[in-house]
Amino acid sequence: MSGFRASVEAAIPALRRYARALTRNAELADDLVQDTLVRALRSEHLFHGGDVRSWLYTILTNLNRNRLRSLARRPMHTSIEDNDAPDASGPEAGGRDIERALASLVDDQRIALLLVVLEGLTYREVAEVQGVPIGTVMSRLARARTQIKSYLDGARPSLRRVK
Amino acid sequence: MTERDSPVTADELHAYVDGMLPADRKGAVEAWLASHPEDAARVAEWRALAEVVRDRYGAVAEEPVPARFDLAKLARSQASWRMIAAAAVLAATIGGVVGWVGRAASTPAPSSVEIITAEALSAHRLYIAEVRHPIEVLAAEQHLIPWLSKRVGTNLRIPDLKEYSLKLLGGRLLPGPIGPAAMFMYESPNGERFTIYCSKSKKLRMALRYQSGGDVAAMHWVESEIGYVVSGPDDRDRLAKIAQTAYEQMENPPARGATYPLVSKKGS
Repeated sequence: MSGFRASVEAAIPALRRYARALTRNAELADDLVQDTLVRALRSEHLFHGGDVRSWLYTILTNLNRNRLRSLARRPMHTSIEDNDAPDASGPEAGGRDIERALASLVDDQRIALLLVVLEGLTYREVAEVQGVPIGTVMSRLARARTQIKSYLDGARPSLRRVK
Repeated sequence: MTERDSPVTADELHAYVDGMLPADRKGAVEAWLASHPEDAARVAEWRALAEVVRDRYGAVAEEPVPARFDLAKLARSQASWRMIAAAAVLAATIGGVVGWVGRAASTPAPSSVEIITAEALSAHRLYIAEVRHPIEVLAAEQHLIPWLSKRVGTNLRIPDLKEYSLKLLGGRLLPGPIGPAAMFMYESPNGERFTIYCSKSKKLRMALRYQSGGDVAAMHWVESEIGYVVSGPDDRDRLAKIAQTAYEQMENPPARGATYPLVSKKGS
């Protein structure tokens, strides 16, 4: 297996994690990952070194944006899970709260936050993925944190008790 | 001003939480937090938030990777896409889009016109090489045009390209990017083949454009949401003239009755 392929393969678990958090839908997330891998393999000859992992995050982020654009032109489908009665408590409550809090973010802020806190990318790498200066990444991150806090303060208090 | 006293910015607080603070500022930030309980509380909240996010999604990366992500399999399944991708990349290069390679490869998917042209070029390459079955329905068959018109969803006109010594062989139906596509094939006395590909496009209208695909090239345009691609040997001047003639005949109704579609039953 080529070094390129090996790097792509090594990134799959993290890509699935990022896609899951980005879409909050397991099936959709894996479809995105598959599209990302196909796109990456197709463009292998274009890749002349550099960080494969950041590049894959970039592809996935862009594919998700394309998906959202085309979704915007179609009638909305609401996932069945969204209609479930929310759990008032239990171990899942914190997880559900964070899902909703992430959903309340603007896309670019959610992407910046997830790439930093979940994927451990440096600010510089996130700036490359998002195609913006580092200062913009910093302000997206700051706004994401402020927004999540105010969302959770206004929502059910279960999360605030977590540590 | 000592390091301990220099003011700490909000960006530094974020960087501190994210482990991205330069080492020489760590002491200053920690000293600041010790004397600024509100900032210390924010930092604690951000840390808790990061932990909740990782708790919620971290396990996904621990799951065994599903078989659908087998790279060797994925690479095989996308082999047929290679020509399309090559054509799209070529289009991007011609368009002067030269940037960071990774970015070029991951920019939003090629436009609908690029996809139609890539599909047309790949069908062109495939079928001009066919000796015995380059087409599905012979030019002499009367239902050729009504049939393909119906499938593509527009009234197709087949241009007369006799002035270029091109004879219509016939046509075929193909799966296009957003619906059925029709392809007509012409042949010159010395065996050169040209094709005209027609398919629905998301774009309403686009003027004639040239695109080289290596040994073959295409001129494409979009009119009334139908994309047309004239493909042939990579000779820009000749292809441009042929495409211009095709364009004029296909977009303008016949002036004096039945000049075209010229599908001579005498097998001209």
